[in-house]
Amino acid sequence: MVKKEMIAMLLAGGQGSRLGVLTSKVAKPAVSFGGKYRIIDFPLSNCINSGVDTVGVLTQYQPLRLNTHIGIGIPWDLDRNIGGVTVLPPYEKSENSEWYTGTANAIYQNLDYMESYHPDYVLILSGDHIYKMDYELMLDFHKAKGAEVTIAVMPVPIEEAGRFGIMITDEDSRITEFEEKPEHPRSNLASMGIYIFNWKTLKEALVAMADQPALDFGKHVIPYCHDRRAPLYAYEFTGYWKDVGTLSSYWEANMELIDLVPEFNLYEEYWKIYTKSEILPPQYVSDSSRVERCIIGEGSEIYGEVYNSVIGCGVIIGKGTIVRDSIIMNQTSIGEGCEVNKAIIAENVRVGDHVLLGVGEETENELAPHIYNQSLVTIGEKSIIPDGISVGKNTVIFGATSQSDYEGGVLASGKTIIKAGETH
Amino acid sequence: MRAIGIILAGGNSHRMGELSRKRAICAMPVAGSYRGIDFTLSNMSNSHISKVGVFTQYNARSLNEHLSSSKWWDFGRKQGGLYVFTPAVTAENSNWYRGTADAIWQNLSFLKSSHEPYVVIASGDCVYKLDFNAVLEYHIEKRADITVVCRDVEPDFSVERYGAVRLDSNMRVEDFEEKPLHAKTNTISCGIYVIRRRQLIEMIEKCAEEDRYDFVRDILVRYKDLKRIYGYKITDYWRNIASVEDYYQTNMDFLKPEVRNYFFKQYPDIYSKVDDLPPAKYNVGASIKNSLISSGCIINGTVENSVIFKKSYIGNNCVVKNSIILNDVYIGDNTYIENCIVESRDTIRANSRYVGEDGVRVVIEKNVRYVM
Repeated sequence: MVKKEMIAMLLAGGQGSRLGVLTSKVAKPAVSFGGKYRIIDFPLSNCINSGVDTVGVLTQYQPLRLNTHIGIGIPWDLDRNIGGVTVLPPYEKSENSEWYTGTANAIYQNLDYMESYHPDYVLILSGDHIYKMDYELMLDFHKAKGAEVTIAVMPVPIEEAGRFGIMITDEDSRITEFEEKPEHPRSNLASMGIYIFNWKTLKEALVAMADQPALDFGKHVIPYCHDRRAPLYAYEFTGYWKDVGTLSSYWEANMELIDLVPEFNLYEEYWKIYTKSEILPPQYVSDSSRVERCIIGEGSEIYGEVYNSVIGCGVIIGKGTIVRDSIIMNQTSIGEGCEVNKAIIAENVRVGDHVLLGVGEETENELAPHIYNQSLVTIGEKSIIPDGISVGKNTVIFGATSQSDYEGGVLASGKTIIKAGETH
Repeated sequence: MRAIGIILAGGNSHRMGELSRKRAICAMPVAGSYRGIDFTLSNMSNSHISKVGVFTQYNARSLNEHLSSSKWWDFGRKQGGLYVFTPAVTAENSNWYRGTADAIWQNLSFLKSSHEPYVVIASGDCVYKLDFNAVLEYHIEKRADITVVCRDVEPDFSVERYGAVRLDSNMRVEDFEEKPLHAKTNTISCGIYVIRRRQLIEMIEKCAEEDRYDFVRDILVRYKDLKRIYGYKITDYWRNIASVEDYYQTNMDFLKPEVRNYFFKQYPDIYSKVDDLPPAKYNVGASIKNSLISSGCIINGTVENSVIFKKSYIGNNCVVKNSIILNDVYIGDNTYIENCIVESRDTIRANSRYVGEDGVRVVIEKNVRYVM
């Protein structure tokens, strides 16, 4: 009989709408991070580093990039004879076919997959956090406490606790109560969206709750287990953990990587982060360049000046161009004589010569100020920006734009141009 | 594919000096992210040669580590694959490889059990791109017994390390001199041959019967008048890395945009083992001019006209000029390095000074590394 003590189910189907145009064409877990990685590399690497070699990845929203990235799991050593990585999209059934309607519903629809490994424990992960965590230690805790469900939590400043699911525990770390985004939090232990379930408990709960619309772990499954007086424990994690669900937190987490000794250190031998490397050659920095306080991926060619920035692989930055406080993803090219300030530029973007990004006064974004803020210029993948354009702050560009899209060659602060078929 | 591949990777050369102590020449790191043998392996993979034998002998630890998985070059296939042949004691034979022909003879079953009609033989210590299918087409069209890939070189090129080839107007080899002191021609053999598999087996067996061991001396040179040997001329970039000067110059060539474009950007790609290193990091005080920097490096000082290989650390106020820093080197603060090749895994103490006064200096410093 095939048997795995613990298997992981990685929820990677979400759109991540708060990342705006970055997720117009790709699922959030497939968004680039830290020069050469994608967000899903972190939970996948954590799995293999923790000895979890069976991972089901649940996909739904825009899975193409995600599927090509994961492949058969070679970069993470998850190409296995037994187990390994399996991509699990929603599928048609003889009756009641449906999309994944909620986090727990997605898991429910894949009971057969989990059953085939006869697990004792199931680890539920989400694909939108940057962290290094040993799930084996969490499992040890789970076993030692005799828990049926263990929820990873992390202490957050009490004033921010209202944004999270908050766990209230007794002195033995047993969860006595929990509150979803409370106005007046009674604890600062925030749920990280990482759960270990006893397989029997999980299966029983999912089957019992199957008819609940939009079945969700935080809203339905955990309360159900709690009501049945199953022992729920909180596993406190104190390492680096960052939710990169918003553009500003995504930008900040990237910028933290360029500190002299970053809190989240990619250069340690221990606990490597793996990714699919598509580009191998070294990067070239020319005679006319300056690079300081930045990280740069393989195969990039820098002819201009780059400060405080995270540059991906295969990027070209032209002569005389100055890039500051920006994120530039794989295979994007920036022309000559440009100025790029606090921009997030997605993959395969072409920026012409003498383009100014992030200049002018501070004005709130007109379309979606809750997404596009902090003076960021956000440019979606495969966009084209013609020569000589000046772009303001809190702006969004997505699609192949031409001179006629910019009145007087200017996109004023707070404005948005979305030319591709789908909007955010 | 109609051919199998043989890569001769056993070589060592005193011209590599101390650099070859650690490894065979074809395992030498090249152009920041690659090893010498990657170029030949990638050329074979890109030419759809699916079965490749690598013959190694001299200090193959580093090479074996590099070839530990065939997947990087796409040789992990059910049909074909990558085979590494090191000398082995058998019931019939307890010798090392006494030469290239002997290496093939000792593993003749590899040739005999294959069914592909042709064999491409190439050395693993050259940097180039070549479509072996084009050479094979040429070989068939000329109805040649052996085709030798060759190249014209500049008059000041030191031909004495290579085979000198004289071709007639129809490209047939008139004369083949191995490592002549004074060459009568400026055409050299690139060490790449196409030959019919059965023809090769026959020649190798004959060679062994006569106690001859060298493919070039005992087959090419001896048979040059008897067999139809043709030259196939290439004109694109090609360089052998088997001396310190050539190795240094080949790496420096990658600072030229045309060389970088040719190898890094133009199809097909050169493949190598993936190392899972983070992006290169530049801290405050870093100043880089005209240099190649590989992944996993952390740079705090000045780097000019240099090639920095993977995972190296360059400390504060360091100056690295016209130098090659191989993999995983740690350079302490305030160090000055000029015209040097720094051996991989070296640890250079702070406040050191290394300058290649006349010519390139090879630096090997095995100090204890305390940091990181």
